[in-house]
Amino acid sequence: MAAIETFALEKTYQVGFWRKKTKVALRPLSFAIPEGEVFGYLGPNGAGKTTTLKLLMGLAAPTGGSCKILGGKIGDPQVRAQIGFLPEQPYFYDHLTPRELLDYFATLSALPATKRSAQIEAVLKRVALQEDAWNTQLRKFSKGMLQRVGLAQAIIHDPKLVILDEPMSGLDPMGRREVRDLIEELNHEGKTILFSTHILSDAEALCDRVAVLNRGELRGVGVVADLIGSVKGNTEIMWQGAAAAHAVEALGFKPHVVGETVRTVVPEQDVDRVMDTLRNQHARLIAVTPMRTTLEDYFLARLASPATGAAPEVAK
Amino acid sequence: MTKRIAAITFNTFREAVRDRVLYNLIVFAFLMIGSSLLLGQITIGVQRQLLINLGLTAISLFGVLIAIFIGIGLVSKEIDKRTLYTVLTRPVQRWEFILGKFFGLVVTLVVNAGLMTLGFFAALLYLMRGLEHSDVYILEAIYFILLQFMIVTAIALLLSAFSTPIESAVLTFAIFVVGSFSEDLRGFAAAAQGVSHYIAVGMTYLVPNFSALNVISSVAHGNPVAGNVLLLNTAYGLLYAGAVVCGASLIFQNRNLK
Repeated sequence: MAAIETFALEKTYQVGFWRKKTKVALRPLSFAIPEGEVFGYLGPNGAGKTTTLKLLMGLAAPTGGSCKILGGKIGDPQVRAQIGFLPEQPYFYDHLTPRELLDYFATLSALPATKRSAQIEAVLKRVALQEDAWNTQLRKFSKGMLQRVGLAQAIIHDPKLVILDEPMSGLDPMGRREVRDLIEELNHEGKTILFSTHILSDAEALCDRVAVLNRGELRGVGVVADLIGSVKGNTEIMWQGAAAAHAVEALGFKPHVVGETVRTVVPEQDVDRVMDTLRNQHARLIAVTPMRTTLEDYFLARLASPATGAAPEVAK
Repeated sequence: MTKRIAAITFNTFREAVRDRVLYNLIVFAFLMIGSSLLLGQITIGVQRQLLINLGLTAISLFGVLIAIFIGIGLVSKEIDKRTLYTVLTRPVQRWEFILGKFFGLVVTLVVNAGLMTLGFFAALLYLMRGLEHSDVYILEAIYFILLQFMIVTAIALLLSAFSTPIESAVLTFAIFVVGSFSEDLRGFAAAAQGVSHYIAVGMTYLVPNFSALNVISSVAHGNPVAGNVLLLNTAYGLLYAGAVVCGASLIFQNRNLK
């Protein structure tokens, strides 16, 4: 069973007071996330990531299409009982302490009173919130500490599906590392994780699959390795002989000359052409190094491609 | 269901207490002490009536102001601060949230009024050097004041489910003022003709009848409230507040959160 399935999920808003205009927040979106997967939802600011998560969580109603969560509808309280959600830049009741807040959320999630206290302590330890802060009102917390409390409330009821909107936001490098470890741990426990981010290195390190969204449109979805493989990489070529630099420049590539050593980066498909030129110019080859393609390369390539409104590239 | 509503109720109450809402009691205490000392200079007989009028009006006014200023933010503040996101994504129905917030503020107002009542009776005891049998009727007036609080809270909650806090505050206060003069409105409706007659009649049914719930003057003169009035006013208060809370739940049910 898929943990999340969307069927042409769509959202438009009416903006303006007198002259109403339609603003498209999300074009028809269809994808599925199998149970047990870590799925990254990527896109620049304003791409429609948070809108999608709000639609999935039932905080806003879709204009068109539908979605299934854990085989049911989000309106069903039994389905919601199995989901943990961390909103973007979470803000909590600042008159409460972390203990009180988690107790409140645990009660709302129907966690038995007998288990509550032990579960709260375990979760606060798990998100590495210092013990002396457990009984301090949240109004005195830093952004990073609030983010940890946010993560704690998302997992307090041991959900099957965890949805995190920008979970690394506001965290220092150490905190980001801890959250990455936590996501991995949760996944090893069999939980499905969907998280949105614009920090691509996190997605690359954690995700089984990712989706790329831009301007409300899905630009690609698939296994990280396949997506990276789909981007034609670059190769770095170094040689000695400044005279050959002009010939390579004539091919349309920009050489960087330092003394007698020259370096250029060319697309994979042009390597042979450049090598032939260097041979003809009797240049002395130093190195030919294929450069590693990253998720960032794929991401930028998809963002640069024109919006078509057609079905996106899907790799399963 | 009950546990979830109770948890939201308790959290709303706790928030009000920690946000120092009950500090208004200090002002009330000063008002009561000051009045008792001042009224001590006035002729016996009038001072009792004056203190009851002053005390009960203060309890009513303080409570209505709290009901309006907290009530208008009950939903809109949670939407603005997005504290609602982590509540409504749990197995909580939206109507349960509305009901919990409503009860939370009503409990706050009841506790606040309860403490004020104790202060008021202490002032009365000090001023009159004892209590009379008719002082029991004061409790009936306070009970009606609580029914007023319930209705004002429900109206503020309804308005806060779809409008800004300032709009909600102005409208709720306007409805409270018009409702407090609903007997005069009825008189106007009877005298008016044409379209204004129908508008006035419509308003008398729509706007809560706070005049009927105001027996301060009557109990100040030592008159009891008839049993059937007690019953009818209770039914009226519960039904009116219930209908308005249902309306708030219906509006909130389909609201998109920004």
